[in-house]
Amino acid sequence: MFLEAKELNKRFGDYEAARGVTFSVEQGKMAALLGPSGSGKTTILRMIAGLEQQDSGDIFIDGRNVNDVPAGNRGIGFVFQNYALFRYMTVYDNIAFGLKVQKKSRAEIHDRVTELIQLVGLGGLEKWYPNQLSGGQKQRVAFARAIAPGPSLLLLDEPFAAIDAKVRKELRVWLRDMIVRVGITSVFVTHDQEEALEVSDEIIILNEGRIEQMGTPADIYLHPRTPFVAQFAGNSSVVEGLSGFRGFEHLPSGQKVLIRPEFVDAFKKDNAQMQPFADRAEDGIVTGISFRGNSLEVRLEVRGVTLLTSRALERREIHLGEHMNVFLHRVYCMEGGRTQVVENELLKDVSME
Amino acid sequence: MRKKRNRVIPGFGLTLGITVSMLSLLILLPLASVLIRSFELTPAEFWETITRSNVVGAFQTSILCALLAAAINCVFGLILAWILVRYDFPGKRLIDGMIELPFALPTAVAGITLAKMYSDQGVLGQALSRIGIQGSYSRVGLVIALVFVGIPFVVRSIQPVLRKLPPSCEEAALTLGASRGFTFRHVILPELTPALLTGFGLALARGIGEYGSVIYISGNSAKNGTQVVSYVIMQKLNSGSADYVGAAAIALVLLAISFLLMFLLNMVQWFAARRTR
Amino acid sequence: MKQTKKARLTAGQITLIVIGVLFFAVMLVWPLAEVLYRALKDGWALYWDAVTAENTLSALRVTLLAAAVALLVDTFFALAASWLLTRFDFRGKSLLTTLIDIPFSISPVIAGLAFIMMFGRNGLATPVVNWFNDTFGTDIALVFSIPGVVLATVFVTFPYVLRELLPVMNLQGCAEEEAAALLGAGGFTIFRRVTLPQIKWPLIYGMVLCAARAFGEFGAVYAVSKARGETFTLPLEVDALYMSGGAEAITQAFAVSSILVLLALVMLILKNIAEWRARKSAAQEE
Repeated sequence: MFLEAKELNKRFGDYEAARGVTFSVEQGKMAALLGPSGSGKTTILRMIAGLEQQDSGDIFIDGRNVNDVPAGNRGIGFVFQNYALFRYMTVYDNIAFGLKVQKKSRAEIHDRVTELIQLVGLGGLEKWYPNQLSGGQKQRVAFARAIAPGPSLLLLDEPFAAIDAKVRKELRVWLRDMIVRVGITSVFVTHDQEEALEVSDEIIILNEGRIEQMGTPADIYLHPRTPFVAQFAGNSSVVEGLSGFRGFEHLPSGQKVLIRPEFVDAFKKDNAQMQPFADRAEDGIVTGISFRGNSLEVRLEVRGVTLLTSRALERREIHLGEHMNVFLHRVYCMEGGRTQVVENELLKDVSME
Repeated sequence: MRKKRNRVIPGFGLTLGITVSMLSLLILLPLASVLIRSFELTPAEFWETITRSNVVGAFQTSILCALLAAAINCVFGLILAWILVRYDFPGKRLIDGMIELPFALPTAVAGITLAKMYSDQGVLGQALSRIGIQGSYSRVGLVIALVFVGIPFVVRSIQPVLRKLPPSCEEAALTLGASRGFTFRHVILPELTPALLTGFGLALARGIGEYGSVIYISGNSAKNGTQVVSYVIMQKLNSGSADYVGAAAIALVLLAISFLLMFLLNMVQWFAARRTR
Repeated sequence: MKQTKKARLTAGQITLIVIGVLFFAVMLVWPLAEVLYRALKDGWALYWDAVTAENTLSALRVTLLAAAVALLVDTFFALAASWLLTRFDFRGKSLLTTLIDIPFSISPVIAGLAFIMMFGRNGLATPVVNWFNDTFGTDIALVFSIPGVVLATVFVTFPYVLRELLPVMNLQGCAEEEAAALLGAGGFTIFRRVTLPQIKWPLIYGMVLCAARAFGEFGAVYAVSKARGETFTLPLEVDALYMSGGAEAITQAFAVSSILVLLALVMLILKNIAEWRARKSAAQEE
């Protein structure tokens, strides 16, 4: 393991930012610390960097205990939330700063900075100042500045928070490519589950200073172990009791369950004969339709429970008040802080392709 | 617990050392000596020194005139800040740039100039005496001098707050049918009160201890009630017998008043910060 | 906002502007003009004699010296203290901030008195100074001397530079310094390369205010300076001329005052330039 955190604890007065946080990241992987604000994710990142000192616990980078190593000597690169570019230095000088501090020769600095500027695609902007750059360009400078001295670990604090939604997706892909290309182990902090699922190899979900679950994005998404994770990763609704739902009769009444839209299917009634399992469907009424850009979000009322599903735009139009055949394939039962996947008994053989 | 402080930004010990030692040597130690020297008096002597009629009179004069001047400054300071922030008119830049003149102009220069301006040799002094008011060498003159030195405090306290208070706030009140007077009293004034109090307090603190600008215009007569506290202290220092200990006793009372004012000012700011948070 | 400003002014608004401008003219501009008028009313020759008199030149030297030392000391202090107060959290921080502000709110006469209590006859630190003089054969006097004048000036101007730095450095936060530290830069490099460029104009602004205050200090210096022509500063020289009472001496007092007025105006102009630059660089960072 390249980065290891063991039993990290940190509190600020009443606020516990980290409670027995233990995790590790493999060499060359990209890990995400995901959690809502106040979950302690930024504090943990700052402890790894040496910007904060943990109250107890150990941090190892490449097998070396760095507890008492000052931030500047840990061999890490850090990309700050608002980039913290040196506003009175040009793009070139920003990137060169770490190298100058290391007293590298002028020629060496020039070569390295030029190479990095080409790498991040900022050729021609060497003499510009941070306030003349767009958010995306600042991000690129911040990245280049962080990796210039050749760190072995890159830490990024909410790297996309300050960028417009439109550019954010693009930049996400770009950053992912860059990190793969440079081959550097990295950890980034985010509160955006979509971002974490899309970019990282490994997700560490935090809640109130504790780790709720760690795993690959697919693992986290498909097998959330706690209600918190289930609700946090993915767009979902929670209902109390599925009493009378066909295929879920074995669940105790009043059981809290979580339903993901992708496990809900709804079909128009008029071509029921085309649907081989129409006899196993529930009857639902369309109570709301909202446009979501590339799809529709449809709200259905089934046996007094509101379910959400999405519907492709190309499919036939539906109307408010229309009755539909609704299939509920799978739910997550939440009990005592654990989450368990429960399949619909009747639809078990109808695998979701 | 491991090392107490492993923050990345260096220099805590160094800057703490420099700050505390310079502050102690240059400010606190000399002030403490005032305190220590005044203890050379017995409590009875101390009481006798500070309750002598000219001393009590001087405190009354200083506090009364400083209060009056600070109040006048609140009115004109508010007007000046208001027109500088809200309106456009020729010469606005110049006025804005010159508000600090009383800070920059040496108090002695201001003192002798005002004394001449408002004396019966000065144009303004003659104008005042025609309506039966004696300018220089009276409490009127004293207040004028304190208004002069205090005005920047009030203007500069209000200006930033007023700048942040968007006109849309008043406009909203006006569209709701409020009159301009009502809007000012109920919408604008409450927002400005902490800043106004701060400016008032700063001008007051400055006014109570003021020396250079008032001694020429006031006439320094115990009989007319125009001696200020600073003058009495200075007189004790300069008199033939150089009554240092007596001066220290009076200075201690003046210091106590200043600290009380500072404390109240901090309270105002603390409350204001809490309210707007 | 633009619209309200451009709108035609109402009668009420014009009244307010007239009151404000009149107050400004009578209270601030008139005294300035009065100094120059009284300085020159008996002719250029007298003016020139007063300005170039031996005592005046000596006072000018003392004034500049005291202001220069105060500026150095205060700036050094301000840099250290602003770093301490905006980059670290520690117990007693607000007490420290309050103590630093003391010179703002106390009478300058008390400052002068305090130095006499310390270093004057029977002063608390006088034995120390005497011991030092006896041991090293020096002849240092800390009151009624140039060092006394300098110390008193330092006292009254002490927090001026710091006052201007604190809000700016608080606002800027320390992310850039952290970034520099993470890249391996040491304290001095961080300060010189990252912090100093950010606070350049506010620092200059504070230094200008400090200098202006130092030029004009009267009460504190008056208490510790007794030798005209040796330890007098310009304001003390003005006082001495004015108090001597003769009509000619009073004109000379105003002539010497005009030097101080000139200094004050230069400081005001510098202040406005620094303020303008500070605002411009703050706006740039938006």
